[in-house]
Amino acid sequence: MFSKDSWDEIIEALSRNWFRTALTAFGVLWGIFILVILLAAGKGLENGVKKDFGNIATNSMFMWTQTISKPYKGLPKGRRFSYDLDDVAAIKQSMPELRFVSPRNQLGGFGGANNVVRGINTGAFNVYGDYPEYIEQQPMYITSGRFLNYGDIEARRKVAVIGEGVRNALYDKGEDFIGTYIKINGVNFMVVGTYAVVASNGDSEEEQKQIYVPFTAFSQAFNMGNDVGWMAITAKDGYSITQLKTKVFDIIKTRHSIHPEDDRAIGNFDLYEQYQKVDGLFIALKAVAYFVGILVLLSGIIGISNIMLIVVKERTKEIGIRRALGASPWSIRSQILTESVFLTLISGMAGISLGALVIYVLNKILDANGPVEMFSNPSVDLSTILIALFILISSGLLAGFIPAQNAIKVKPIDALRDE
Amino acid sequence: MIAIKDLHKSYTMGSNSLHVLKGINFSVEEGELVSIMGSSGSGKSTLLNILGMLDEADSGTYTLDGTPIKNLNEKIAARYRNKFLGFIFQSFNLINYKSALDNVGMPLYYQGMKRAERTDKAMAYLEKVGLANWAHHMPNELSGGQKQRVAIARALASDPKVLLADEPTGALDTKTSYEVMELIQGINDEGKTILVVTHEDDIAHMTKRIVNLKDGLIIDDTKINQVRAASHV
Repeated sequence: MFSKDSWDEIIEALSRNWFRTALTAFGVLWGIFILVILLAAGKGLENGVKKDFGNIATNSMFMWTQTISKPYKGLPKGRRFSYDLDDVAAIKQSMPELRFVSPRNQLGGFGGANNVVRGINTGAFNVYGDYPEYIEQQPMYITSGRFLNYGDIEARRKVAVIGEGVRNALYDKGEDFIGTYIKINGVNFMVVGTYAVVASNGDSEEEQKQIYVPFTAFSQAFNMGNDVGWMAITAKDGYSITQLKTKVFDIIKTRHSIHPEDDRAIGNFDLYEQYQKVDGLFIALKAVAYFVGILVLLSGIIGISNIMLIVVKERTKEIGIRRALGASPWSIRSQILTESVFLTLISGMAGISLGALVIYVLNKILDANGPVEMFSNPSVDLSTILIALFILISSGLLAGFIPAQNAIKVKPIDALRDE
Repeated sequence: MIAIKDLHKSYTMGSNSLHVLKGINFSVEEGELVSIMGSSGSGKSTLLNILGMLDEADSGTYTLDGTPIKNLNEKIAARYRNKFLGFIFQSFNLINYKSALDNVGMPLYYQGMKRAERTDKAMAYLEKVGLANWAHHMPNELSGGQKQRVAIARALASDPKVLLADEPTGALDTKTSYEVMELIQGINDEGKTILVVTHEDDIAHMTKRIVNLKDGLIIDDTKINQVRAASHV
């Protein structure tokens, strides 16, 4: 079927009226081009937004305490409670599906008063009491020294890991800082390391203005006792924190005598749910891209079908001659179908190439001009291209089907009648 | 070679039924050169179309070289046409975007013959009709007589049992007509069975037998002394 002869026939047939062929092909080219560009733009947006999540363990949630809203076991509503380290231990013990349960405490906040002093420099920074595994949940690059470790936790060492932003604010350029002391709310902590955060959304400056100290030292230094301000909980791979979190809440509710249906007592931010929502948004966006792209492609396909109908009409006599010379209906049909698929495929490939070229140029420009908010590396992957090719082949067959049926309906005797 | 018995064919046009062939009995031996004559509307083209398997009879039997031709689907008809028959048309019916050589090679292409072999064979037939030098010309670069000779070469290419010629000289001037007839006579001399539909007396007399059709019936079927076309050229 795909001998040189068949190809010759196809090339001959299509090149006889090349201008018309080219115009027809343009319809399909345009359709697939739009499809590729839309998908790439969607992907670029997706890449850009997901980059903002950075390397954060997205299967995580943060939970804090709120006011209890239902009376229970003789206790009134409106009371407040706080987590303690026993809660953390209980959660860890009863839920092996969780990867990390990090208790956290915090001092200061956005726009707070100056709380950190070093020599004549002061600054307002967020100070966190944390466990060493927190670096797995919120990845950061240690640029010098080290992060917290369990030795620090157990010995309640007053050590601090400071952000690059903090270092810039408190130290002069080139000044030694490892081993020096900073004063946090009047308590001296020794700097043991610095970190940097990579994020694309412009918040990295803010995120680098934070100080991490051992949780235990924090509790002792700032009179927290056993209290835990909030927790960052990450589920193991294969589990979804969104499904596990109610079980976590139940443990807390039991331990603190909270009504089982009191959903307002525990506040939480489910990163995974947010991530899923964003993910869903991009699936919807992709669907829209396919929908629009395929509709545009469809008009191209109809163009091809139309032209093939005209071609069959024009070649009625020729088809009749071929039939008289012994062409089987199948060979006529396959010729029309192959022509149609060939035309669709060639123009589709041209469209994909053009799309790829545009994406390439776009990426070059993006690279040259630095990162753009919410948009990064627009691209289509191989599977998308394969899907596009599949769409092309099947639509080529579809486009050729009616003309091919028309072609074999031509009776040789009618085609050969001299009129 | 050809045997038809009690062949009937009618066409329905709107509410009118037109009985074109009203019981034709007719046979042709191998090696014969027969002309079918008749005025327009006598049914001679319909008869030729049925013989050429381009059309099917309503009733009656048709046997070609021992093979009964009936209940053909398009696929088998196509194969039989390719194997048994060669067509020569009044308007040549060459494919105008293919060279003379490719046109002659067409029936062989549909037999599934390889390109190289096909080209050799097609070239041999073009030589036979004296157009070897024109092999790579397009049909629109050829004169009417040359086109008809290419068509004859094409009809011969698949080495069919029977050649069917529908007014082969209808579009040619007298001199060219005789040249074409000379070629046809030559092919017949080599033993090929040929049927020629014509309404020209002089052409008919260059065959060996004249069958006269009128109103769908054979009114006359006589063997004649062949006039050699060469004597006119």
